[in-house]
Amino acid sequence: MSQGKRLAEIVAAHAHREGPLLPILHDVQAAFGCIDREAEATIALALNLSRAEVRGVVSFYHDFRVEADPRPEVQLCRAEACQARGVEALVPAAEAAAGDRVRLSTAYCLGLCSVGPNARVGDDLFARLDEAALVKLIEAA
Amino acid sequence: MTAVRISDDALALACGADAVAEAFEAAGCKVERVSSWGMQWLEPLVEFDGRGFARVETRHVKAILGEDVRQCIGRIEAHPFIARQRRLTFARAGKTRPLSLDDYIATGGWAGLTRARSLAPQDVIAEVVQSGLRGRGGAGFPAGIKWKTVAEAPGRRKYIVCNADEGDSGTFADRMLMEGDPFALIEGMAIAAHAVGADQGYIYVRSEYPHAIQKLNSALDLSAEIVAPFRVEVRVGAGAYVCGEETALLNSLEGKRGEVRAKPPLPALAGLFDKPTVVNNVLTLAAAPHILREGGSALYQSLGTGRSRGTMPIQLAGNIRYGGLCEVPFGITLKELVDEIGGGTVSGRPIKAVQVGGPLGAYIHPDQFDLPFDYEAYAAADALIGHGGIVVFDDTADMRAQARFAMQFCAAESCGKCTPCRIGAVRGVELIDRIGAGTRIADPVGALPQMHNAPKTARTCEEDIALLEDLCETMRFGSLCALGGFTPYPVLSALKNWPEEFE
Ligand code: SF4
Ligand code: FES
Repeated sequence: MSQGKRLAEIVAAHAHREGPLLPILHDVQAAFGCIDREAEATIALALNLSRAEVRGVVSFYHDFRVEADPRPEVQLCRAEACQARGVEALVPAAEAAAGDRVRLSTAYCLGLCSVGPNARVGDDLFARLDEAALVKLIEAA
Repeated sequence: MTAVRISDDALALACGADAVAEAFEAAGCKVERVSSWGMQWLEPLVEFDGRGFARVETRHVKAILGEDVRQCIGRIEAHPFIARQRRLTFARAGKTRPLSLDDYIATGGWAGLTRARSLAPQDVIAEVVQSGLRGRGGAGFPAGIKWKTVAEAPGRRKYIVCNADEGDSGTFADRMLMEGDPFALIEGMAIAAHAVGADQGYIYVRSEYPHAIQKLNSALDLSAEIVAPFRVEVRVGAGAYVCGEETALLNSLEGKRGEVRAKPPLPALAGLFDKPTVVNNVLTLAAAPHILREGGSALYQSLGTGRSRGTMPIQLAGNIRYGGLCEVPFGITLKELVDEIGGGTVSGRPIKAVQVGGPLGAYIHPDQFDLPFDYEAYAAADALIGHGGIVVFDDTADMRAQARFAMQFCAAESCGKCTPCRIGAVRGVELIDRIGAGTRIADPVGALPQMHNAPKTARTCEEDIALLEDLCETMRFGSLCALGGFTPYPVLSALKNWPEEFE
């Protein structure tokens, strides 16, 4: 299916909702890995917004990207409770394991704060990580 | 055949619960997936034959079925961690299948809603006021008063918005409730809807909680007819901490940048799409069914201390031996929570600091461990209860680094609307770095020859610390919302309690 057609479908699926922009952006991001110029223009037109308004929203939220990044992503929690359980000591090894192949990003709390350090890969969660387990997780991503 | 019960809560899954469940099934057992008891250090916790087995791995399955009791902790409900709690909001935790309407009804589900709907809206509100229920999201505003304002606000269209943007580190009670007892939240929202005359509700959940989102959507499908004509929809956030602030959350729901709105107008009068809106936290709404049940409001009122009534689901996290969910009446001391119930640090080292109330909460020194868990007592100690998250640090914690992290977090998550927060947090990071570097740097402005009025000498460490305190005052009183306004709590408490780390 062409990108234009898929985009139109996503927009149509949410058009009846109150305040449809965020649900649309989530779906576009899920379908294309980002919200690019073309998507931005289509969405703006459909919702009767300026492109600047759409871009303003996209850039505000950490979840949205303007350019796709095809690399697998591992999100490591580095918030206070995981800090207290030693996550920072794992970071150098994690970065080395990730290299350029894996996007190692940071989450601020996955809600598993008593069993950290924790990480998320897609919708899968991993608790009680030590250096070996985290490196293995990144290498398998 | 006895059923084996294993939680499908996200934390249990992260600890490997799925594989264990599969192994029991492969061994011919009937496995029931239930909510989590909240004894998180024991996950995956398996209930078999009326007894609990802790930290089960697939390789243990055969032994457990063969009556090997090495991992047995006895009857789960009798476990000291559970026995000393007073569970109201989490009464079903560990006992019911989250998406089973039968289990929900068998444990008193919908009784609160049925009774509420048999009462006039103002009588429902009167009971909530009388119970003393205060918002569990942080600010502690009386829930009944908020509902009353919305009920009396002019306008036909009104909304119930559930703030499920649980972004604070060290908190997971909302997540556990949404995953483990989603009907309770939906019932609470339906009660609020009846009380104020709303027909549409939204649950705004952070995107970091995919399991909760899934469970809520399924639960909403299953209960749509029961709560009709009230309708509820789940909306997913997009990774912005500030959207936990109620007005930023409303903007986000409307599809805008999650910028904080100035108050007034109060959301109760002009909230979502400018309509009167109840914005309550997950736990506040989930407490409503208990309060509206026969006799519930009196029970609630009878628990707690001072103006903090009822129970608080407290979350024990960080470097703690027995971490998990602990629901107790207000008034319990930090000492009881972290030493007795929590068992001290998991690292075995002495406790150095406890951060209460998330990234904007103060770092509490062991000297203050007698502080009772109570909104007013915390406020008086320049601290906050927030959403009830408790994060324990052992003596290896670097308090200057923690103070710096607080400023950095504020800088990264600031919505940008006001200067004390947007700029102040960045300056705060720089200042703390300068204090830590130990080398005194001449003022770059003073270094310009034409600035003859500027000081020519470098600021001393004491002067930098005074400047940091001054900056914190500016942020505290000049910020529009709690992000900029409360970031000084962790910073100043670290500075006050561990001054030697800032020299
Ligand atoms: S304090 Fe910070 S987050 Fe809050 S309104 Fe001001 S800039 Fe936005
Ligand atoms: S702080 Fe890492 S999961 Fe909460």
